[in-house]
Amino acid sequence: MPDAAATVSGATREQDGEEVRPTAPDSEVGDLHTEEMMINMGPQHPSTHGVLRAVVTIDGERVVDVDSDVGYLHRCFEKICEKLTYHQIIPYTDRTDYLAGMTNELALVLTVEKALGLEVPRRAQFIRTIMSELQRIHSHLLWFGTFGLDLGATTPFLYAFRDRETISDLFEEITGARMMYNYMRVGGVRNDVSAAWVKKVRTFLRQFPAALREYDDLLTGNPILKARTRGVGKINARTAIAYGASGPVLRASGVPYDLRKHDPYLVYDELEFDVAWASEGDVLARYQVRLEEMRQSLRILEQALEGLPEGEYLGKAPRIIKLPPGHYYGHVEGPRGEVGCYIVSDGDRKPYRLHWRAPSFVHLQLLPLMARGHLMGDMVAIIGSIDIVMGEVDR
Amino acid sequence: MYLAATSSLPLRLYQWTEQLFTDLGLPLWLLAVLVATVKAALIIGFILINVIFLIWLERKLGGHIQNRLGPVYTGPFGLLQTVADALKVLVKEDIIPAAADRWVFMAAPLVAFVPSVMIWLVVPFAPGVQARDLNIGTLYVAAMTGCTVPALLMAGWSSGNKWSLLGAFRAGAQLVSYEVPLILATLAVVMLAGSLSLNDIIRAQQESTWFIFLQPLGFVVYLISAIAELNRTPFDLPEAESELVAGFNTEYSGFRFAIFFLTEYANLLGSSAIAATLFLGGWSGPFLPPFVWFLLKTYLFVFLAMWIRFTLPRLRVDQLMNLSWKFLLPVALINVLGTGVFVAL
Repeated sequence: MPDAAATVSGATREQDGEEVRPTAPDSEVGDLHTEEMMINMGPQHPSTHGVLRAVVTIDGERVVDVDSDVGYLHRCFEKICEKLTYHQIIPYTDRTDYLAGMTNELALVLTVEKALGLEVPRRAQFIRTIMSELQRIHSHLLWFGTFGLDLGATTPFLYAFRDRETISDLFEEITGARMMYNYMRVGGVRNDVSAAWVKKVRTFLRQFPAALREYDDLLTGNPILKARTRGVGKINARTAIAYGASGPVLRASGVPYDLRKHDPYLVYDELEFDVAWASEGDVLARYQVRLEEMRQSLRILEQALEGLPEGEYLGKAPRIIKLPPGHYYGHVEGPRGEVGCYIVSDGDRKPYRLHWRAPSFVHLQLLPLMARGHLMGDMVAIIGSIDIVMGEVDR
Repeated sequence: MYLAATSSLPLRLYQWTEQLFTDLGLPLWLLAVLVATVKAALIIGFILINVIFLIWLERKLGGHIQNRLGPVYTGPFGLLQTVADALKVLVKEDIIPAAADRWVFMAAPLVAFVPSVMIWLVVPFAPGVQARDLNIGTLYVAAMTGCTVPALLMAGWSSGNKWSLLGAFRAGAQLVSYEVPLILATLAVVMLAGSLSLNDIIRAQQESTWFIFLQPLGFVVYLISAIAELNRTPFDLPEAESELVAGFNTEYSGFRFAIFFLTEYANLLGSSAIAATLFLGGWSGPFLPPFVWFLLKTYLFVFLAMWIRFTLPRLRVDQLMNLSWKFLLPVALINVLGTGVFVAL
């Protein structure tokens, strides 16, 4: 598509041409001969969130260019899927974005269901919604903690983990796992939720707003945080769209696009919530969008628990799943953005080809644009703010 | 040889030894060497014991601030945790990277450690208990803290590691920048006391009041600059874990790393002791013995530094410089000016 390509390069130029505001005034070095230095950030570095290797060219502390090198965690996910039946793929999806297993499973299961034209019981849909939103909070909490660590604040991490632990326990009670759930099934979910569990979720919903206020006191309101994040790593709406950004990264750039609203799946169209967005496009905006998303998730959970109907949690689905030949795409709004599953079927029990759209991979392409002209300290904040998960980038 | 007349036991001990030396016909310079050695041993012992406690305290305090327990298994309340850690670190292999500038790399920890001990030469622990009452005490302290910069530059440069190099440059810029407001804040205190000697400063505070009340601005400037001098959060840029891996001490392991670690805490303790002397009246105080007062006040500063560390995020390099040159320096200068007017009146 020549048009799309033109848009991409046009937007790139615009972003490059945009006056890159250095965060500190350039110093006159006079007759001194200075050279740029190439420094290897990662794959073993405390702030590259896994095994990202960024080859950074720096001039003093100023980042001149970033070249990210991915692939250290490549596990041939897509190729393996060609050898697996659809049910066998489910646990593998947990391991792409390992911080958001529920939504990954959902992306696959929804795509298969769409291809089969399968009707899913309402109770299962509600349970899936509840799990998705719990997962969103779960994932955002980890992001919040590590973002604080990136900025040198160690305490928020432990506060976030305290609350994340509650959700981990909730997941464990129903699915038996705290990270790799293998919970979604074609046609429903693996286990039903109990009334006692629902009560526990309610307790969490009651307690969590206080924790969010605590985070605000601890980190959000801090002038150092504001000074370090405002105006850093800016991405405008055009560039974000051109690069295919989604989720909080896109929404923080002034595009209030959320699949839960714009292509509703499960029961999201029946629930009331706002799309969290901001227009600044900087690190602070992404920070605020994620915090607001947690609040909105609480609203969704409240309503989903209220409306949780009785009935089947696993509907009738063919024991041997064979998708009719064709191309299928399904997507969900994961914590990091649009998680897409693209299946090409030749009518067999296994996909002929499966492609996984990982939001982190897309967002990582924005890193050089965001980081150029900023300082090393900002670089860390920027990587933290796009919330990459290398398991998903490399798959 | 300065040993104050107010405290009788060390004096009597000294007189007895002197007598012994004359009776045995030993030269008196030997006595001076002996006394100096004993003092040095006492001070290093004091530092070591306190650092072991400080590391434990920091971990325990950090633990409780962060909703966890801190060390609990080794000894009562985990008190022996630092001892266990120290033993572990001491038996580790001392790795010197192939790319390192060998001798500079090996010397750097010592160059850092020595000034951190030497500060204690002029610290008044209690009336008369002081290794040496230099009449330029505060100046001496400033000079000694300034000696940390070359050590960190040596460590970072010689490591042969780009991250360490960045850390060393940050350390150099930061320490030099914050030295200025630090000294200016001290200067205001000196103007009030009319003396550079730390003992005189304490005496001046006994006569009027603690200088924290006369110098609130100076105190704030001193506190911020001292934390920056100590490379502690929010000014821990030279060793920013999440940015520079560990800055200048990335390549250090085993014993040499332990020395850097020890230096860091010895400096924290030293700066706190000086702050307590300058602003809180040092060892002076009612009811409790002076030495206890001295420890209490010192640990108040230690606690403040730790509290701040576990609360704030880190500043960025340019913000750090701006804070020093565009905010702290003018404030400190105004403070000096104000103090000058106050003293003249």
